[in-house]
Amino acid sequence: MLEAHDLAARRGDAQLFSGVSLSLGPGTALFVRGPNGSGKTTLLRILAGTTQAAAGRVLWRGEQVGPFHPALRASAVFIGHAPALKDELTAEENLASLATLHGAPAERAAVLEALNAWSLSRQRALPARVLSQGQRRRVALARLWLLSRPLWLLDEPATALDDAGQVTLRDALAAHLAARGIAVIATHQDLPVASGAHQSLLLA
Amino acid sequence: MSEAAAQPPIERGGWSGVAWALRRDLRLALRSKAELGVQLLFYVVVVSLFPLGVGADPMLLRALGPGVLWVAALLASLLSLPRLFAADFADGTLEQIALSPYPLPALISGKILAHWLTTGVPLAALSPLLALQFGLDGSELVALAAGLVLGTPTLSLLGAIGAALTLGLRAGGALLALLILPLYVPILIFGAGAVEASRVGLAAGGELSVLGAALLVAAIGAPLASAAAVRIALD
Repeated sequence: MLEAHDLAARRGDAQLFSGVSLSLGPGTALFVRGPNGSGKTTLLRILAGTTQAAAGRVLWRGEQVGPFHPALRASAVFIGHAPALKDELTAEENLASLATLHGAPAERAAVLEALNAWSLSRQRALPARVLSQGQRRRVALARLWLLSRPLWLLDEPATALDDAGQVTLRDALAAHLAARGIAVIATHQDLPVASGAHQSLLLA
Repeated sequence: MSEAAAQPPIERGGWSGVAWALRRDLRLALRSKAELGVQLLFYVVVVSLFPLGVGADPMLLRALGPGVLWVAALLASLLSLPRLFAADFADGTLEQIALSPYPLPALISGKILAHWLTTGVPLAALSPLLALQFGLDGSELVALAAGLVLGTPTLSLLGAIGAALTLGLRAGGALLALLILPLYVPILIFGAGAVEASRVGLAAGGELSVLGAALLVAAIGAPLASAAAVRIALD
């Protein structure tokens, strides 16, 4: 259960949004929409716990969580604009490294399975440096597969993904919601979900 | 993918966090050996310029040696500091590190340890060889190497605070030098002092003890301070 009450955010002197409230039960996805600069990323970063809200509070499983709260760090996976890949490491090493950082066991078989699910089997041993934008995005998203976290916070996850990649993302999201997961997704592309409840939030 | 709603483990052990960061940063360092070479070469060149510049007077060189070796080590350490957090900050990894279930100070300790192993240890290992150019010998070489072994981890620890504080700033490198070099002064004084003491025939134990004490204090305080600075930088 993820709740937020009367969130407000500002960047510098500009008020981005205020009075944003949400309540997401298990198996629910929230799509955050709005024009550029409306604060979609900032809202996600507040929910992920990297940014302090100007006002309001966030509750995760009934407990109030501030920035870098341990309960949030153990439950959420946040994938932002930057794919968090190291150019020097291969796709497989990048994925295994990020999974162990978040406390997942990351056995080799599981890592290969995740890469396979995102059609990256052939790129597994290539350094991230030579991957295309879409492939880098796929490596970042393959993390969702390995981590089994109940709360997904995705910032424009479909950026640079081709049609097949968007289908994989949609299927992954459907499976996540079916397993009673929660997802908050900032997007201005349509990402229709087949199953699970979903809400929309428009930031003006 | 399955059991997404299962209860995850809450707090993760600190030592595994140290091990994760240490292993990853060492692996990254080994993949970009050229960067390490540049820093070590910088140390060798700067130290070697002094005998060429001040002439071959053995008395003068012996008097200058400890100070020159230590100042060059300070600068070489400073040169590699931006690497500590800036690359991770730019590619989004630092954000993931801060959001990991491991305690952030533990992860940062691992990064600092990796930084010391790839910069401080080679400097300390190379210094007795370079000290021969200044006519230092015997107990002075021992005092120099021991001082660097005790002092360079403190340089990495203090430097991490500065590197974290200057994250995301324009002209961060120059600001980092201004911020950190004054903090390096005590290490310089006691490090060069240890060599100087053994040069005039005194025991260097006192100076080395001070370096050891500084290391202990920095090892506890610096990861906490760097973690706080990293969190501010990510906001």
